[in-house]
Amino acid sequence: MSWKNTKRTIRAGSRSFFRSGFTSVSAVLVMVITLFVITGLFFVQASLTTALSNMKDKVDVTVYFVPRANVDTIESIEVAIKKAPEVKSVEYVSAEEALSIYKEKHSNDNLILQVFDILDENPLGASLNIKAKDPAQYESILNYLKSDSVLSAGMLSVIDSVDYSRNKLVIDRLNNIIDGAQRMGFMLAVILVFISIIITFNTMRLIIYMSREDISVMKLVGAGNKYIRGPFIISGILVGLFASVISILLFWPASYWLGHSMTDFLGIDLYAYYKSQFVQLFFIQIIAGVAIGAVSSFLAVHKYLNK
Amino acid sequence: MIYFNNVTKKYAEFDTEPSLEDVTLSIAPGEFVTVVGHSGAGKTTLTKLILAEEKPTSGTVSFQSVDIHKLSEKDLMKLRQRIGVVFQDFRLIPNKNAYENIAFAMEAIGRDDDEIDSDVNHVLALVGLENRALHFPHQLSGGEKQRLAIARAIINQPDIIIADEPTGNLDPKNAHEIVNILKKINALGTTVVLTTHNKGVVDSLGKRVVTLENGRIIRDDKEGKYVI
Repeated sequence: MSWKNTKRTIRAGSRSFFRSGFTSVSAVLVMVITLFVITGLFFVQASLTTALSNMKDKVDVTVYFVPRANVDTIESIEVAIKKAPEVKSVEYVSAEEALSIYKEKHSNDNLILQVFDILDENPLGASLNIKAKDPAQYESILNYLKSDSVLSAGMLSVIDSVDYSRNKLVIDRLNNIIDGAQRMGFMLAVILVFISIIITFNTMRLIIYMSREDISVMKLVGAGNKYIRGPFIISGILVGLFASVISILLFWPASYWLGHSMTDFLGIDLYAYYKSQFVQLFFIQIIAGVAIGAVSSFLAVHKYLNK
Repeated sequence: MIYFNNVTKKYAEFDTEPSLEDVTLSIAPGEFVTVVGHSGAGKTTLTKLILAEEKPTSGTVSFQSVDIHKLSEKDLMKLRQRIGVVFQDFRLIPNKNAYENIAFAMEAIGRDDDEIDSDVNHVLALVGLENRALHFPHQLSGGEKQRLAIARAIINQPDIIIADEPTGNLDPKNAHEIVNILKKINALGTTVVLTTHNKGVVDSLGKRVVTLENGRIIRDDKEGKYVI
């Protein structure tokens, strides 16, 4: 298509979009809903991913040592554990720290505090909090701890208990729930996106159906198919552009509200997410809006051009 | 220029009465042919066949010895650029103003903006719509809409004008004006095919009259009158 025709096509498409008034507004509104659902999909994914990663972060293996355990022995165990490739971090909590944490936790319980005052020595031992790179690797870390090659028999004797299996069941279940919710949320969002695309497509088709007489007149005055189709596609693109701007602006107060009132519940500040991902989300909306608008217009006009 | 050779048109296979039946008709360049007949006689079908909006069930329709219905999409587009069309219901593009409705026909054949501007203003003045250039079709009267449709039909100086009942929705005064414009166009050498069932219009013309009845040509008079 020559520059002259391109210019005319853009001009005719823009004029038609702005002159169609209510029809264009309704098409934009339907497209806004579609883009809102598409962007919502990203927000749902971000929330679920954060929830899952928070949950994973809460999982650890704690190795409790007997109170009389030698600090050097504990340090050598810490060094040995850190060598394991699955281990992300190891945090050492001394017996004194353990006592002060315990006291702080039970600061309202005088009876317990009095018991500590009566005791001459600290009954709590030191501990090591081990975090794995992946929750699935805790099993192998436990096996690693048990293996003779890593810890000598002397070392094992200072270990009082390993606290993992107690939380394991709950953590596994939570993992499964979040995993299932993530998959179901994604599927539901995909279905919603599909439905809203179909609705947008049908709206565009109805709008072009109203212009079917104009298309036949354009053909009768000798206009080529490309020249007739062009302005309709431009109008479709404008519907997508306006809808993407409205949709991204609507997400501002929506994410602000979610960020300020639902952060504790969702485990993610969606307003911060919106701000950090603004450019990416805006581009996704523009591309989706323009593509849906252009493709649905193209297909709808195609039907009347071939009559 | 236009030749119908034993043309029959049925809209459905089971039609017992075809819309056109065994029509043979020749229209010479520069002629003014009026096709008359009652509603359903086949007048509109005849014009649709010339415009290749419909295909004949049997027979051929030729334009300058070329079978219209065997043309490619591109050639058909070029043929239509040589034909001006005027309809009873005007068929103007509603979201384009008067100027743009006419300009569209010129843009479709790739004319330059300067040329379009000068020709459109000229033709608007010719049909008396110079003060209505920026009006949209819904802001024009019936007579003005039809004059605009004629302006669009003649803007590319076509070889032939097909006017399908152009006076059907107009009062006698406006109908008379439209017929006068068509006569002037014909006087300048353009072939005009006018379909109508307006007796007054046909009798005032004094030109060739083809009479259709039940899809068949029953009369073809050189300087005819409305006789049904």
